[in-house]
Amino acid sequence: MTDTPWQRLHPLSPVVRGGRGTIAIVIVLLPALFRGDRTPIEVYIQIGVVALLMVLGFVSWLVTRWRIADDDVLIETGLIRRRSLRFPLSQLQSVDVVRPGLARLFRVAELRLRMGGSTGNTGRLAYLPEAEVEPLRERLLALARGATPASSAATVAPTPVESNLLVVPTRRLVASILVSDVGLFAEAVTVALIVTAVLSTSAAESVIRGGLVWIIGVATLVWRRFNQEYHLTVAESPDGLRVHSGLIALTAETIRPGRVQAVRMVEPMLWRQFGWCRLEVDVAGHQRSKGEGQAQRGRLRTVLPVGSRALAEELLERLVPDRPVVDSPPPQRARWKSPLRYRMLRAGRNSTCVVTTSGRLRRVTCWVPLEKAQSFREVQGPLQRRLQLATVHVDTVGRGVRAVLRDRDLEEVDRVLAELPVLARAARRRYAAEPAAIVASRPGA
Amino acid sequence: MDAAGATGEHVTWRTPDRRLLTLRRLEVAGGTVLAAVAAGLLLGVVVAAWAGVAAAVAAVVVGLVVERVLGRRFSAWGYAEREDDLLVRRGVLVYRLSVVPYGRMQYIDVRAGPFERSFGLATVHMHTAAAASDARIPGLTREEAARLRDRLAELGESRAAGL
Repeated sequence: MTDTPWQRLHPLSPVVRGGRGTIAIVIVLLPALFRGDRTPIEVYIQIGVVALLMVLGFVSWLVTRWRIADDDVLIETGLIRRRSLRFPLSQLQSVDVVRPGLARLFRVAELRLRMGGSTGNTGRLAYLPEAEVEPLRERLLALARGATPASSAATVAPTPVESNLLVVPTRRLVASILVSDVGLFAEAVTVALIVTAVLSTSAAESVIRGGLVWIIGVATLVWRRFNQEYHLTVAESPDGLRVHSGLIALTAETIRPGRVQAVRMVEPMLWRQFGWCRLEVDVAGHQRSKGEGQAQRGRLRTVLPVGSRALAEELLERLVPDRPVVDSPPPQRARWKSPLRYRMLRAGRNSTCVVTTSGRLRRVTCWVPLEKAQSFREVQGPLQRRLQLATVHVDTVGRGVRAVLRDRDLEEVDRVLAELPVLARAARRRYAAEPAAIVASRPGA
Repeated sequence: MDAAGATGEHVTWRTPDRRLLTLRRLEVAGGTVLAAVAAGLLLGVVVAAWAGVAAAVAAVVVGLVVERVLGRRFSAWGYAEREDDLLVRRGVLVYRLSVVPYGRMQYIDVRAGPFERSFGLATVHMHTAAAASDARIPGLTREEAARLRDRLAELGESRAAGL
């Protein structure tokens, strides 16, 4: 059987989970202990607090255990309010490995099980010894693929071959952040501060004091972006696309074939002259991360933080093999309704996929595979009625990406609404018959 | 604005029960009376008697205008069960038509507030995994709501598809 006995996490887990708190305690306490100018009582109080925290951490470690049983991962935790969590592997969307800075120091890693479903939860095994994480990840993925218990033991042995598809150069990442919205804001703030400082030092001081929270906030945003997307590597493995990234906190995510709900390409205005774009994938399952090892927030995963169109096309070939051409613009009269974004509005569809572009300053292109479409909606506002136009939404799981065919001619809307549900049904049938085949049948695979 | 045109074929639209219109009318009437009294008293005491009367009259006028729209809003509601999906249409100012495949419905719930209950009505909500697609049909008789719920659940089960 595949069942494993109950296991505990790594004993250092509470320390790593404490994250910044742990670091702060060490920084505060170490000098205090060696300095003699404190009364003994203060020292005792501090030691008492630390001891209490350590006991709490130890207890939480003691009462947390996990195991694999049949096709489920079971996690039990909590002393007073006992919680028993069950994660069916058949609904597993992907397995991520996250290693915050502190975890790397202690050679441990966190395993995140991303589950599907509208209430999609994330199972966290934080933390496990680094050496165990990779085999366990492969084993879970093998079980999720429906491998029989006997063969799953065999599939653990060979390490899958990964071939690198792309590595994002640091220079380009820095350049792209500098001309991004967050980056520009940070630069504006910096320049403003320097100018104020040159004019009057005291004024600059008061500005810094007043807006410290904001400055730190902006700096954190820029830093987080850089830290997350540093040295992002996309590799192809039998489990799907593997995305590694991070400077201090390392994350390794897997995008399984056939689990892509939608793909989004963003081309900010300032990036367009460099020919850059950003590619994000919507995968079912929420991610609520806390603590230091923050992998990407939200549901969209960046597979290409910045890169040329050609590079994006190459990845798209793997994510959405059968892509329609984005060519059909809405009728001219739609200019009255969407004057700013009219030139961005395009749509295209074939029998397996819908693609739309939109945006005012930046261009956003969305691909939705039809087998992932949840529902179709026609919406017509008063202005659109005057112009004989309507908008069709193709909804996907959650609130992430959705394809919106904005301001289309009514005749076309009728045709789209009649055809898409039928095509989607056929696509779902194909997908149900052979989920992996859709991706595996891509050219050159 | 021919909704049936969007489906390309003949579909028979069902509409909510007439009692929904009565319920909505009563709701608007009650709201108007409350608003008129509140605005009239407030302005009448704080500013002057004539202001109170004017406010009350204004509230009643707004109520009457809304009442005129109610009938159109009521007749805009419609739903149709097709072989593989459910169509729901609604809206006068902003017209909406949803196509929800049975296999995509995750759960159906039937709700009835105190006013709806006293009229023997209920609202059926259809939920898919997409947050945006949640469709609802108000003003169904209790039997029709139960029938729809059971039928949708049954069809959803037989046509369920993974994410």
